[in-house]
Amino acid sequence: MTRELKRITLLIFAMFFSLLIASSLIQFINADSLMADGKNPRALYDGYKTQRGSILADGKLVAFSVKTDDKYQYLREYAGPAFGAVTGFYSLAQGTTGIERSLDSYLTGKNSSQFFEQVNALLSGNPLAGASANLTIDPDVQQVAFDALGTLTGAVVAIEPSTGKILALVSTPGFDANLLAVHNIAVADSNYQKLVSGSNSPLINRAIGGELYAPGSVFKVVMASAALESGNFTPASKLPNPKKFKLPGTSTYIYNSGEGKCGTSKPEVTIADALRFSCNIPFAELGLKLGQDAISAQAQKFGFGKSFDLPLKSTASVYPTGMDDAQTALSSFGQFDDKVSALQMAMVSAAIGNGGVLMKPTLINSILSANLAVLSQPANETLGQAVSQSTAEQVKNMMVDAVSKGVSSNGRISGVRVAGKTGTAQNGKGQPYTLWFTGFAPAENPRVAVAVVVANGGGMGQRGFGNLVAAPIAQKVMKAVLNK
Amino acid sequence: MNQQPLTQRAKEAISGYTDPNTITLNLSRLIRIVPRSRNTEAVLVLFVLGLFAFELAQVQISTIQKITPELFTYWTPIAAVAILFHVILRLKASEADSLMLPLGLALNTLGVSEIYRIDIAKVAAGATDLFGIKQVIWSSVAMLVAMAVIWLVPSHLFLRRYVYISMVVGIVLLMSPMLPFIGLKINGAQLWLSLGGLTFQPGELAKIALTIFFAGYLVSHRDALAAAGRKAFGLRLPRARELGPILVIWVASLLVLVFEKDLGTSLLYFGLFLVMIYVATGRGMYVVVGLSFFVAGALIAGRALDYVSGRFDAWLNPFSDLHYNASFNSSYQLVQGLFAMAHGGIWGTGLGGGVPQMVPVAESDFIISSLGEELGLIGLFAIFALYLLLVSRGLRIAFNHSDDFSKLLAVGLSFVLALQTFVVVGGVMRVVPLTGLTTPFLAAGGSSLLANWIILGLLLRISDSQKAQVAE
Repeated sequence: MTRELKRITLLIFAMFFSLLIASSLIQFINADSLMADGKNPRALYDGYKTQRGSILADGKLVAFSVKTDDKYQYLREYAGPAFGAVTGFYSLAQGTTGIERSLDSYLTGKNSSQFFEQVNALLSGNPLAGASANLTIDPDVQQVAFDALGTLTGAVVAIEPSTGKILALVSTPGFDANLLAVHNIAVADSNYQKLVSGSNSPLINRAIGGELYAPGSVFKVVMASAALESGNFTPASKLPNPKKFKLPGTSTYIYNSGEGKCGTSKPEVTIADALRFSCNIPFAELGLKLGQDAISAQAQKFGFGKSFDLPLKSTASVYPTGMDDAQTALSSFGQFDDKVSALQMAMVSAAIGNGGVLMKPTLINSILSANLAVLSQPANETLGQAVSQSTAEQVKNMMVDAVSKGVSSNGRISGVRVAGKTGTAQNGKGQPYTLWFTGFAPAENPRVAVAVVVANGGGMGQRGFGNLVAAPIAQKVMKAVLNK
Repeated sequence: MNQQPLTQRAKEAISGYTDPNTITLNLSRLIRIVPRSRNTEAVLVLFVLGLFAFELAQVQISTIQKITPELFTYWTPIAAVAILFHVILRLKASEADSLMLPLGLALNTLGVSEIYRIDIAKVAAGATDLFGIKQVIWSSVAMLVAMAVIWLVPSHLFLRRYVYISMVVGIVLLMSPMLPFIGLKINGAQLWLSLGGLTFQPGELAKIALTIFFAGYLVSHRDALAAAGRKAFGLRLPRARELGPILVIWVASLLVLVFEKDLGTSLLYFGLFLVMIYVATGRGMYVVVGLSFFVAGALIAGRALDYVSGRFDAWLNPFSDLHYNASFNSSYQLVQGLFAMAHGGIWGTGLGGGVPQMVPVAESDFIISSLGEELGLIGLFAIFALYLLLVSRGLRIAFNHSDDFSKLLAVGLSFVLALQTFVVVGGVMRVVPLTGLTTPFLAAGGSSLLANWIILGLLLRISDSQKAQVAE
C-alpha cells in the first residue's frame, strides 16, 4: 500500500500546488489588471478610504479632506478658485488633475518613501494616512495675481530667481474645484460640462502651456541675450534704423510699432535702445545676422523645447526650426511660429536676474507624512548657465532702462529698480493681440521674476498693448512679493 | 591510530547498545511521564490562542479603533474548550499526533476572526444576519464532540464493527436533503436540512460515515477486487461483479449531482471512493475507469441540466457581461472574489483593512477570498501550508500504521479534507468550477465545523493507537 500512498501524497501536493499557482496569478501576476477592471469598485473606494493628504500653499491649507457620513468617507475641499491651477481637482466622476494628480502617490500614502507607514498600517490594520504636500506657492501673492488678472483670460507665473521656487501660478478664468469634488456624480458631471463648454475653458492651465502664446516683444530678451553671448555684439552695437524693412525674398514690409524710426531719427540705433523702445526692425536685422541656429541654441538654454516637472507637467515652448530668412526675421521679434508659456518667460527673466543661472522651477517645498515628518524636501536644482554673468548683467541693465526710461513703464515700483519687458504679439489679421510683461525686481538682487500673459487682447481686440494691460498686473504681483 | 575510548552515549548512538541499567530507568520514565509530544502540543495550542487574541485585537483596532471586552466573548469559549481538548488528549490519547490539534485550531480561529471582522462591516452597513457568535458556539460544540469521539471510541478498530451501519447512516445522510419538507435548497443547491429553524448540511457528516464504510468494505473485499480479470488495452479489467460497487457509488454520485444540484459534493464522494479503492487494491485501472465514468456522467449531466452547463460557462468566461449580469448562475460572485484577492495583492490590506464584505457570502463560501484580500498572497500561502501540514500528518498516520483498516481510514479522512479544500478554494480561484462545498475549519457553518473536527478527532485516535502498538 505504501506505493499507492506515495502516489496519493503526490496527488495532494499537486492539488495544493495548483492552488499556489492560481493564487499567485490572481494576487500578483494579474492583480493590476484585475484592479483596473471596470467592474471592480475597490480602487475607487480605496482612494476615498484613506484620509488623503492635504495640499498647503506655504502652510495655508488649499486642498484638504474632511470626514463625511457617506460611503466615500472623505470629501475633498478646496480653498477657492485662485488655487485651482495649482491644486487641480480630485473628482469621483472626472478623475484628477494638477498637484492632485502629480502627487497622487504621496497624497494617498502609496509612495515608496512612505514604506514604514505602510508597514505600520499593515500591522495595525489602520487605514494608511496620506502625506501632505507643502507647496512653494505664497498664498497672498497667488491671490494678488488672481485678483489682478480679474476677468481677463491669461496667466501669471512668479518665480524666486535664486531658487526656482514658484511663488504664484495663476490661470484665469479660474475654477472652483469644490464643484467637481462633490460626491454626487450627476452634479459633478453637470458642473464639469459647464466648465468645459465655455469658450475660455477654465480647466486649461494657461500658466504652464495648456495653451501656448506668441511671445511678441518679450522674446527680444532672448534675442538680446543671444546677441551678447555671440561675442559680436554689445548693448551699444549699432544696427541700421530704417522706417520700414523688406523681409528678404518677399515683397512684404515690416514696421516698428508706431510705424516710424526706432526712438531716434538717426540712421542707426543701438541694441539697448531697440530693446528700450521695443523696435521690431533692428531685432529682425539682428536675427538675420545671428542666424536661427544661434537664436535657437540660446532659447534652449533658457528652457525652450523642454517640458518641466513642477511636478505639474509644463508644455515645452517652441522656437521654430527650418525657417527661411523672412521667417527668421519674424521669429526674431517673437512672431511667426514662436510659441511660449508664461512659465517659460518667467524662467527667462529669472535666469537674467540670477546672474545667468537658470534654476529648475518647482512647486514643492516639502512633503510631510501624516505625523509631520519630512518625507521629501527637494534641493534647489540648477539647470545650467543660460547666459554668462556679464551678459546677464548687461541684459538686466537694458531691461531696467526699458522700465525706467522706455516703453515698459507701467512695471515701475517707486523706490525699487525694476527690470522688465513688455510684449504685444499679433495673432493674424483681425485677431486680438496677446499682451505680455516679463521682468524681475529688485534688479540688483531679485526676489521675484514674473511673467504675465493676457490672451484675447485683454478684451480690447487690437487696441490693447502689453504696457497698458499686462505690466500693471506684473507690477502688483512684484509689489506683493517685495512687501513681504 | 590512537583512538579515544567512546563515551557511553556515543556507544549507544553507534550500536544501539544500551546499558541494562539505563533500560530499566527509561522504562520507568516511559510509564510515568507523558510523552514530550504532548508538551509540544501545549506550547503550540497556547501560541495559537495568543495568535487568535492578536487577530481579534487587530480586527477591533482597525475597524472600531479600540479594543473592547467583546474580544473575550470570542476568545474565551474557544480557548477554554481548546485547553480542555489538550487535557483530554493527555488523559485519553497521550501518544496522539501533537500537531493536528494546533493546526485545526489555527485554521478555526483564523476563520472566527475573519467572520467577526465581516460581522463588524455588516453591522456598520445595517445588516443583522451575523455569524461570529454562532461560529464560536459551533466551534466549541464541534471540539467537544471531537473530544467525545476520542473519549468514547476506545480504538479506531472498534469502528470496524459498524461498517455496514456506517454505510446506511452515510447514504441516509447523503440523500436526506432530497426528502420533501425537511430538505432545503440554498443558492440553487439542495444540500441542507431544515429542522425547527436550524439548518444543517448532512452531507458533511455523510463523508465521515462513508469513509468508515469504504475503509471497512475495501479491507474485506480488496483481494477479490484486486484479482485479475481479463486484460484489454494493456489494462487489467476487473471481473464484472467487482465492478458492482463502483457502479453503485457512481450512480449515487450522479443522483447527488442531479437532485442536489451540486457538482462539488458529487465530486467529493466519488473522488474519495476512487482514491480509497486505488489504495486498497493498487489497481490504477479503477481510477481510469472510475474517472471516465464520472466525466462521462458529468458531461451528460452538463448537457441535460441547465445549472451544470451554466456553472461551467460562468467558470470559463466569468468576465463576459452575459455571465456577469446573469440573473441565474451569475459569475458576479466569482469575479468579485477575484477582485477582492487582487485588492489584497502580495501583502494584503491587513485584517480589517479590506472590504471583503463586498463579495456575497464572504463569511462562508468565499471566506478564502476574504482572507486573501486581508492577509494577501503570503497569508494564503500560510493557510495552504496549514492545510497541507494537517493533511500530511494524516497521511503520515496512514504510512506508519501497520493494519490496513487504519491505513485506509487515515488516508480516506485525510484525502477527503484535502479534496474538499481543493474543490472549494479551487472554485473560488477558478481552478475548477465553483461549487457549494464549505472551506474546512474556516467557513462559517456548524455542519462543516462539526464534521471536520470529528475527522480530526478520529485521526488523533488512530495516531494514538499506532504509537500504542509500537510501545507495546
